Amino acid sequence: MDVLLDNLDLYGPFFWTTIKLFLISGVASLIFGTFLAGLRVSPVPVFRAIGATYVTLLRNTPLTLVFVFLVFAYPLLEILELSYFTAAAVALTIYTSAFICEVVRSGINTVPVGQAEAARALGLTFSQILGQIVLPQAIRSVVPPLMSTLIGMLKNTTIAAGFSVTEAGAIRQYLSERGDNQLIGLLWVALGFIILVAILSFAQRALERRWSVAR
Amino acid sequence: MSNVLFDVPGPKARMRHRLMAVLGIVVVVAILTYIVYRFYDSGQFTARKWQWLQYAQVQRDLVTALLATVKAFALGAVLALVFGAIFAAGRLSDHAWARGISTFIVEFFRAIPLLILMFLFYYGAPALGVTLPPFAAVVLGLTLYNGSVLAEVFRAGIQALPKGQSEAAYALGMGKTQVMTLVLIPQAIRSMLPTIISQLVVLLKDTALGFLVTYPELLYYARYIGSQGAFSRPIVPSTIVVAAIYIALCLLLTALANFIERRQRRSKKHVETERPPATEDVVGVA
Repeated sequence: MDVLLDNLDLYGPFFWTTIKLFLISGVASLIFGTFLAGLRVSPVPVFRAIGATYVTLLRNTPLTLVFVFLVFAYPLLEILELSYFTAAAVALTIYTSAFICEVVRSGINTVPVGQAEAARALGLTFSQILGQIVLPQAIRSVVPPLMSTLIGMLKNTTIAAGFSVTEAGAIRQYLSERGDNQLIGLLWVALGFIILVAILSFAQRALERRWSVAR
Repeated sequence: MSNVLFDVPGPKARMRHRLMAVLGIVVVVAILTYIVYRFYDSGQFTARKWQWLQYAQVQRDLVTALLATVKAFALGAVLALVFGAIFAAGRLSDHAWARGISTFIVEFFRAIPLLILMFLFYYGAPALGVTLPPFAAVVLGLTLYNGSVLAEVFRAGIQALPKGQSEAAYALGMGKTQVMTLVLIPQAIRSMLPTIISQLVVLLKDTALGFLVTYPELLYYARYIGSQGAFSRPIVPSTIVVAAIYIALCLLLTALANFIERRQRRSKKHVETERPPATEDVVGVA
């Protein structure tokens, strides 16, 4: 308990950075992932190929490698300077989007064929069918896997600790500088994540109840 | 489904699609050209930055680093499978205490970030008087996290089997252990094999976390060679090379999973089960 109370000035702000990182990359990867899913079901074969290539490449690359590239290699290219926090958010977004894309795509597959057929019969265009008929139903049916992808991303934010972002994963390093017990300190960090994951699981169940589609 | 979302394109739509395809290609090519130009302009393509690949010593070290990655993967995979099997059995046990303990352990290790687990073993354990080498910390972390996920995969696989399978086995007078080992597990493993292998892909990618606890694996070596002034700090080339290796390894495993899935669909020797989506199966940590 002492380790936690003595270092509340670490735990508070650092966990807050974790939450900010989670919210920013979470929203960004939901948007970008849905866009990628749109590419993968589009009528233009080239778009489908672009989406598929992106997903295949990113899903088979370790996230740590994406971090290494963005933090150590990317600055050498002198394109646009990113702070460590932004670089971490970008790394998490480009990695997680590939997984969100696959979840959304599997959700699109659960929408009954008749829905899209009826929309086509009404003369809606592809983007209208996808945006107004299929996606709203698709996303509601994949709330659980979508949430577990986001929970996975929440846990992934700890990797940013290795790349100079002062979030929950980095608390240990600061504790060791203060000479506090790192084992106890890490157990408090673990507990923090268990609580955050529990909150997200709770949100998932609540959303599932409210959004479940009657079929 | 994807082909239901749009009509078979007529002449006008085909024209429009072709136009959009060209536009899409132009945009992608423009982005790629810009990136390649930045690489070129900042001198990433100069021979000096790629020279390191020619040194026999560097090549040997690269192979050593790759072997370190493979070693952590292989040991982690075997232990995670064993861990998963034990705790899946625990969660399906008839004894309430075994179910309780197994559920707690599985849920606990799934909720903690894998990196924190590795930190616990590498930086935390010394507080208890135990000093673990980075390799042990990496393998233990991989085992506990992926083992917990695999336990859920195994459990889902066994529960998805038709009830008649176990009922018939019990009717023949088999005990619970016999029913499990002789009837249920062999079928469950066959039907879950693709999911199990994609979890192993996650485990393979997770070995890259070893980089953060100073385990000298592939990514660690890439960072090391990338910071060598003697080769004019080729961090961009070295991450590209290592990324290619990781992607190739993972695609090989994925290809194996797809091969097994295709073969299963052809053969009629196994029971068709509705594979429940294992939570988090392909999300992974790293």
